[in-house]
Amino acid sequence: MSERIVNDFSITVGTVNGSGSQTANTTILRALFKMGIPISGKNLFPSNIQGLPTWYTIRISRDGFIARREEHEIVIAMNPNSFARDLADVMPGGAFFYADDIKLDITRDDIVAYPMPVKEIVRSQDIPSSLRDLVANMVYVGILSQMIGIDHAKIKQALDFHFKGRQKPIDMNYNVVKLAANWAAENLEKKDPYFVEPLDKTDGMVMADGNTASALGAIYGGVQFVSWYPITPASSLAESLHEYLPTLRKNDDGKHTFAVVQAEDELAAIGMAIGAGWGGLRAMTSTSGPGLSLMTEFVGLAYFAEIPVVVWDVQRVGPSTGMPTRTSQGDLTFVHSMGHGDTEQIILLPGSVNECFEFGWRAFDAAERLQAPVFVLSDLDLGMNQWMTEPFKYPDTPMDRGKVLSEQDLEKLKGDWGRYRDVDGDGIPYRTLPGNTHQAAPYFLRGTGHNENARYSEDPDVWVRNMERLKKKYQTAKQYLPKPIAHNMAGAKIGIIAFGSTDAAIKEAQQQLADDHKVKTDFLRLRAIPFADEVKEFIETHDQVYVLEMNRDGQMHQLLTLAFTKFAPKLVSIAFNDGLPPTAKWVRESILEKVSTLAKEVS
Amino acid sequence: MATNLPMAGTTANLNSIGLSKNDYRGNPSTLCQGCGHNSISSQIISACYEMDLAPEKVIKFSGIGCSSKSPTYFLNRSFGFNGLHGRMPSVATGALFADSHLRGIGISGDGDSASIGMGQFKHAIRRNVPMVYIVENNGVYGLTKGQFSATAEVGLRLKHQGTNTYMPIDIAWEALVGNATFVARSFAGDPKQVKELIKAALGHNGIAVLDIISPCVTFNNQDDAFHSYSWGKEHEAPLHELSYVPPAEEIMVEYEEGEDKEVTLHDGSVIVLKKLDRDYDPTDRSAAIDVLEEANSCNCLLTGLIYVEPDKPSLTDLYELTDKPLNRLEESDLRPKPETIKEINDLMF
Repeated sequence: MSERIVNDFSITVGTVNGSGSQTANTTILRALFKMGIPISGKNLFPSNIQGLPTWYTIRISRDGFIARREEHEIVIAMNPNSFARDLADVMPGGAFFYADDIKLDITRDDIVAYPMPVKEIVRSQDIPSSLRDLVANMVYVGILSQMIGIDHAKIKQALDFHFKGRQKPIDMNYNVVKLAANWAAENLEKKDPYFVEPLDKTDGMVMADGNTASALGAIYGGVQFVSWYPITPASSLAESLHEYLPTLRKNDDGKHTFAVVQAEDELAAIGMAIGAGWGGLRAMTSTSGPGLSLMTEFVGLAYFAEIPVVVWDVQRVGPSTGMPTRTSQGDLTFVHSMGHGDTEQIILLPGSVNECFEFGWRAFDAAERLQAPVFVLSDLDLGMNQWMTEPFKYPDTPMDRGKVLSEQDLEKLKGDWGRYRDVDGDGIPYRTLPGNTHQAAPYFLRGTGHNENARYSEDPDVWVRNMERLKKKYQTAKQYLPKPIAHNMAGAKIGIIAFGSTDAAIKEAQQQLADDHKVKTDFLRLRAIPFADEVKEFIETHDQVYVLEMNRDGQMHQLLTLAFTKFAPKLVSIAFNDGLPPTAKWVRESILEKVSTLAKEVS
Repeated sequence: MATNLPMAGTTANLNSIGLSKNDYRGNPSTLCQGCGHNSISSQIISACYEMDLAPEKVIKFSGIGCSSKSPTYFLNRSFGFNGLHGRMPSVATGALFADSHLRGIGISGDGDSASIGMGQFKHAIRRNVPMVYIVENNGVYGLTKGQFSATAEVGLRLKHQGTNTYMPIDIAWEALVGNATFVARSFAGDPKQVKELIKAALGHNGIAVLDIISPCVTFNNQDDAFHSYSWGKEHEAPLHELSYVPPAEEIMVEYEEGEDKEVTLHDGSVIVLKKLDRDYDPTDRSAAIDVLEEANSCNCLLTGLIYVEPDKPSLTDLYELTDKPLNRLEESDLRPKPETIKEINDLMF
C-alpha cells in the first residue's frame, strides 16, 4: 500500500433516487463533521421522485476547503444503472465499493475494488421487508466506516439526530452499520491509502442548508406574512418557515404573529405578499426562475408603487424549465431590471449559509427602509446542500421599519403629507398603513402615473419627477445594503470579483494560484446591488479584474461594465454554467488562461 | 392628503358616527354618463353611510378596467389599492391580513374576473377571503373600446366585433360551485336591491360575491343585449325583496310570520327576505343550484340573494391571529428573544 492519505479526499456514492440513501449519506457527512474534520456535501440529484441515478459527494478537507472537486478518490456503487459510470469515475489508485449483487465486471486494475454483500447483511437481520431497501444503505456506511476509520460513536450521534431520538429506527440502522463494519473487518483487506482521523477544525460550528438558514433569518427578521408556491429548489425555504414559525413566533396565549399561505401559483404568491407588504407587514415569498418569470408584472408594480416585499430566488438552471435540480447564477440581469419600462431592482447576494440567515432578516430592513422589492439571490447549491457554518448570530441591529407615519405623526403634521413627496431629499417618501384612523392617512395606491399625493396623473413633468426620484432612491439604497467583502493578498495586481456560492471555490483557487503559480490575487465578493463605492475602488486599483460567475453570458460582468463604463477594458468575464457547483480547478485554470492570453496580447 | 377632502359635518344629516354622506364620496367619476358602475358606486356610498361604517375601516381593491377605476369614485377616506388586471384577489388576500378588523371591498369586472382573473377569483372564493367581491358585469370590454368579454351571451352582436359564438361564463355559478359563502346577483338598474345586498355583503364574515349586471351605455346597451338597461328592466325577476337589519336593531320592516325568511349573519345582523311569488331559501345549496340553472333558461334576469352560509370561518379566522392588528405589532412582538438563538443553533447539527 502506498503512503497513507489522511483527511484529504472525496467520496462519491451512486444510488437510486428515492432509495433512502440521503439518510446514509448525511450520516457519513455528519459523523465526519463531529470528528472535527472539515467537510462539504453535494447532492447531485435528478428531477425525479424515484428511480433515476443520483450521486452524493462528500469532500473531506483538513485544510478547510469546501468547494466541489471533480476527482473522486472513493466511489460507492449501489446502482446497477450507473455502475459503469461510477467505476470509470474512480481516480487511479482510488477505491471502489460496490454492492455484490450487481453482476457486472470490474474492468479496471488501477483501483482497489471492494465487494459489499449488501443484501446478505440486511437479510441476516430481523428487518421488516418494507424497510429493507432503506436500511440497506447503512451497509455501505458500516463498511466505509471500517475501511477509512469513521468513529462509530459519531455515527450513532448522527443517527440519533436524524431520527430525532426515536430509538427503534436508530437501533435498526446502527445495528446494520456495526454488522457491516464487522463483516468488513473480517473479510476485506485494506489496500487503498485513504483514512480519516479526528481533528479539531469544526469546533463550535454547525451544519445547515441555506434554505433553512434563510427561513430562520426571516423569522428573526420578524416575518409576518409568507405566500409561496412549491418549486424546486425553493420549496424547502417556505417549508422551513412552516416548521419553525409556530414555535418561535406563537404568543403565550397561542395567538400567531404571522401567516403562511400556499398560493395557487406564483402570480398569486407575489400578489399576496405585495398586498401584505403594502398593508405594513414584513412580507415575503420564495421561488426560483420559472416562478420569478411569472412574478414579473407584479414586481414592476411594487417597484413603481413603492411597496416593501422580500423575494427569495433560489436559483436553478434556466432558461425555461431548464435543469430544475442543478445550480446556477443565471437570474441576475433578469432580476436587476425586472419589470417593463425603466426598473432597477435591489438585490442581496448571500455567499454562505450564515449570510442566508443574516440576509434573511436584513432583507426586511432594506425593503421597509427603501419601500421597494428586495431580491435575495441564493442558489440550489447554497440552498439545498448541507454546509458547515459558524453558528447563526442574533441580529445586531434593531429592526428598521422605515418611514411610516402614525396617527400621532399625522396629527403633528396637521394631516399635511403626500405619499410620494421627497421630504428628506433621499428619494424615500413617507407612507401610512391601512388601519391608520387619521382622516388624512388613507391614499389610493395605483400602478398608474401618480403625483406626489398619489393622485392619478399623466402630466409629463410629474412623470419625470417621479421617475427621477426613484432613481435617486436607488442610489440612496447603497448605504443600507451590505458592503462587499475583500480577501486580499499583499501586492496583488489581479482582482477577482464574484458573488454568492462561488466563494469557496475562489478562495481555494486563490491559494493554489499563489502557492503553485506565483499569481497573487485580491478577491472582492459582492453582496448587494446597487454596487457599493468600494466596488469602484477595487476595480480602479487593480490591473485586471476577473468577474467570475455561474452563467453563460457573464451577467455580473455586464452589470459592472454598465455601472463602471470607464473601466470596462479592465473587466474580464469568466462565466460558465453546466449546472454543477464550480471547482477551484475551474477558477484556477480559467484565470491562468486569461492571464496568459492577455500577456500575449500585450506582447 | 388633506387637500380636496369633503368637509365633514356640514349638513344636518349625520350618521351615528357623526359623518355625512359627503364623507363617503369619492372623486367625480370619469366613466361614461349613465354607466352602471356609477350607480353601484352611489349605492356603496349610501350603504356604508347608512351602516355607520368608518371609511378608514374599509380597504378598497380593484384590478384593471372600467370597473376597477371606480374605487376612485367612492370612499375617498378609505385606503385603496388599484392593482393589476385580474390580480385584485391576491392583493386583497395579503392586505387583509395586515389588519383583520378592516373590511375589504373589491371591485372587479367581467373582463377582470372572468378571463385573466378567473384563477384568482376562484381561489379567493375557495379561501373565503373576508371581503365583498363585486363584479360589475357588462359583457364587454369598455376601456379598450368594445370587445366581447367572457360573460357575453352567445349571439351577442357588437359593432366591429361581429357575433359572439362562445358560451358565457356565469359569475354566480362559478362562485357557487367554488364554495362561496355568499352569492348574489343584482342589476345596477335596481339600486335599492343593490344597496341592501351590499349591506348584507358587508355584514357577512367571508367572501361575498355580488354579480351585478351593470350596463355599458357606450358599447353594449342594445335593447336585446342581456347586459343592457332595457333588457334588465324588462326581464328582472327578483327572488325576494331584501332588507338588511344591522346588529342590535329591531326589525322594523313589515314581516309576515311564516311567509318571509330571516338569515342571521355572523355579526348578529339580519337579512330579511320578503317573499314575492315563490318560496326561496338562500341557505339551501341545492335550491341555489336549481335557481341558477333556471336563471339560464328562463329568459329573465333573476336577482337576489342566491346563497349564503353565514357561519363558516373566514380565511383570517383560521389563522388565529393576535387581536392587535398584525401591522401594529412591534419588534418586541416579532423578533424571537436572544436566548432562542442558542436553541436554534443546537437544532442544527
